[in-house]
Amino acid sequence: MKVKLKVKRTDPGTGETSYSRYQIDTVESTTLLDALIQVREYEDGTLALRCSCRSAICGSCAMRVDGRARLACRAKVIAITRGNQEHEITVEPMGNMPVIKDLVTDMELFWSKIRQVKPYLQPEGPEPEGEYRVPNEAMLDLTHTMNCIMCGACVSDCTVLEVDKNFIAPAALAKAYRFVGDPRDAHQVERLRQYSEYGGIWDCTRCNMCVEVCPKGVAPMNRILQLREMAIEAGITNNAGSRHTKIFTKSIEDGGRLNEVWMLPGSVGMFNVPRLVKEAPGALKMLRAGKLPLSQMIPPGAPGSHKISGMDRVKNVIRKSAALKPKKAEVVSDGA
Amino acid sequence: MALKYAFWPGCVSKGAAPELYVSTNRVAQALGIELVELDTATCTGAGVIQEQNPEMGDALNARTFAMAQQLGLPLMNICSTCQGIESMVQDKLAKHPDYLAKVNDILADEGLHYTPDLEIKNFLWVLVEDFGLDRLKSMVTRPLTGLKLGPFYGCYILRPSEILGMDEHPDRNKYLEMVIEAVGAEPVDYEGKKKCCGFPLLTINRDNSLKQAGNHIHEAQDLGADALVSPCPLCHLNLDAQQPAAKQVTHYNIDLPILHLPQMIGLAIGIEPKDMRLDHHVVSTKKLLSKLPAPAATASR
Repeated sequence: MKVKLKVKRTDPGTGETSYSRYQIDTVESTTLLDALIQVREYEDGTLALRCSCRSAICGSCAMRVDGRARLACRAKVIAITRGNQEHEITVEPMGNMPVIKDLVTDMELFWSKIRQVKPYLQPEGPEPEGEYRVPNEAMLDLTHTMNCIMCGACVSDCTVLEVDKNFIAPAALAKAYRFVGDPRDAHQVERLRQYSEYGGIWDCTRCNMCVEVCPKGVAPMNRILQLREMAIEAGITNNAGSRHTKIFTKSIEDGGRLNEVWMLPGSVGMFNVPRLVKEAPGALKMLRAGKLPLSQMIPPGAPGSHKISGMDRVKNVIRKSAALKPKKAEVVSDGA
Repeated sequence: MALKYAFWPGCVSKGAAPELYVSTNRVAQALGIELVELDTATCTGAGVIQEQNPEMGDALNARTFAMAQQLGLPLMNICSTCQGIESMVQDKLAKHPDYLAKVNDILADEGLHYTPDLEIKNFLWVLVEDFGLDRLKSMVTRPLTGLKLGPFYGCYILRPSEILGMDEHPDRNKYLEMVIEAVGAEPVDYEGKKKCCGFPLLTINRDNSLKQAGNHIHEAQDLGADALVSPCPLCHLNLDAQQPAAKQVTHYNIDLPILHLPQMIGLAIGIEPKDMRLDHHVVSTKKLLSKLPAPAATASR
């Protein structure tokens, strides 16, 4: 089976980019990595790519395939083209990172983010004589994050990192969850406080891109959402993100549907005058276009606020849903 | 075949984007799609309630699903975010029967019960899979020929693909382009079409949110787009209502109308723009409308 490849090239000397086109023979089991190695060995020895295990374990061969980050060793060409020989597979280096040459990116940004979250256990108190013992169920939830092979696919396609390099980004925040969720770690609140700062958990836009591209099921965004829940529970709520969650939830508890008018002051702070002034022209434009509903002018919870009918039934469901929360696993005290 | 759905309009179409509610109802009527509105259903939580209280979100969504099942109808939404959250909850409840049983115990107080086999579809999916593009084409009286329209999906109708029925319907990530072509316009291919509009960050990190919106608008406009079209009203809010602010933050000279999906359909089947409140956008749609041909004489829908 013939396969067409269009590979983005970057000249390390000049930084100039171009595309090289190749057509090679493959078989049904050929992965994209096999195909690229075949190109390098037999067609064009100047093509640079990074790879090692060829088994989706080492995390070396992440690259963009038809616009989406994935491991080249885990993608069969026939699955990419859906058997269409006219489909030209576009192969590019990962995004959000500088390119060293062709498909090889500089991962320093990735590692700097990982270091930023202190990716190691910080236990306190005397060390046990034997091992630390934790119940299985406490670790089960962390197995997703332990599957991370540091390939960088999620960082490559993170839509927030595209506009703000300060964002800690998905891989490191998933790693952060692994330590906050570990019952042996003694710095959970301190960690949650650090991760709640600018660039941290609240700066994720929840676009699911990292969940989609992660080849190992880590689902970094879901870990970020768990961190948000834990941060709120730990009382770290003096930030726009958790205030937004709070006013949003209150709006539903009060009226069943979102009161959009109060989301902004509820999130940025009622007395955050500079920010509210900044929003005023936009609010006026929306008002003029008939996009600020008068029914929502009364804040959620205040007398006369907007409600759907049958709120008593909604409140019953909300009240009873509290019993659905899973019980938390606790550290078993060391036997020593 | 007559199509009939339990209709979840979402919070935004009943709030800051009333033009979506009006245009959906108008277009559904013209297409012969019957909508039974669930007016006592609640917000899906949009992923925000889920940050603090996923269980509350699960119970409220299951309640909405059960309401549709009580009517014996599939559920239609008009918001990518609603679709994503509803699919996510549906997936979770289907995978955890014990948990579902507890949720159903709560719903039993109102005589409701959810069985995890409900069909939940965004209007975009309804158009392609149930209504049919050929049927839509046959109803086009004002083909949008000559217009270049940029699709803007909204994250949650695309990702995570494994819970959004992409195995069964692998083209769901191409439907917007297909619909744009069906009404005679040319889809603009640009990188931003499947990215995030930035709306969830608007109150949390304004600059990042507006940069995301501004970048996508600029990219599409640069490639010659006359407008963007979206099945998600949250995207619409950031791309339309926040466009002047995005212009200030990015310094891009952007001025691009943003259409709700039903508005685009309505224009093509001859519905008057004012009947779909196209004059109630922040970014003026006048320039776009001036490029439209007059509807054919038979177009009095």
